[in-house]
Amino acid sequence: MAIEVRIPTILRTYTDGAKAVDASGATLEELIGDLEARHPGIKARIVDDGKLRRFVNIYLNDEDVRFLGGLGTPISDGDTVTVLPAVAGG
Amino acid sequence: MLTISRELVDQIIAHATADHPDEACGVIAGRDGVPERFVPMENAERSPTFYRFDSMEQFRVWRDMDDNDEEPVVIYHSHTATEAYPSRTDVSYASEPHAHYVLYSTALAQFRSFRIVDGVVEEEDVKILEPDA
Repeated sequence: MAIEVRIPTILRTYTDGAKAVDASGATLEELIGDLEARHPGIKARIVDDGKLRRFVNIYLNDEDVRFLGGLGTPISDGDTVTVLPAVAGG
Repeated sequence: MLTISRELVDQIIAHATADHPDEACGVIAGRDGVPERFVPMENAERSPTFYRFDSMEQFRVWRDMDDNDEEPVVIYHSHTATEAYPSRTDVSYASEPHAHYVLYSTALAQFRSFRIVDGVVEEEDVKILEPDA
């Protein structure tokens, strides 16, 4: 089961520069686990202490997963997951 | 160095002035490092000391840029009581290593541009292109 994961510029050091990679999993948490197996180090940039990092946005298709089920959000074949660092500051 | 048209500079200043005393924020999309398309964003925090793009608006704007082969050439925000220099939070959340981070201080009428890469801030010159007379 392949799900396209779109990778932001700042995390492309983990994907050899690729803008999009494939990963699999039935939930977002499993998907991120698979992503980590393929691209070691990337998980810590997305998840901290078992939760999504506050300043990283993850979208399933065109919905923010915070408004779906967070890391438990179910994912299906053909979905697209987009990772975008939040743009924020003071 | 950031090279930017007078029109885009004026649009940033107008947005910052309109939202004062809250911080204003937005993006200028472009290609090959040339800022072209002004995209004012909502400050989801509506705060005089903090800004954050609304996550759904950011998603749409980033997808449009992707579709147009554009990139966020400039990411701008205002400071409304302090100088136009990146704060500690600006540096810790800066996540677009290729962007020019533009700050405009409504308090001091300062327009300045920076690169922020891996936590290191470097100020750069700003060249404003005046319209043809």
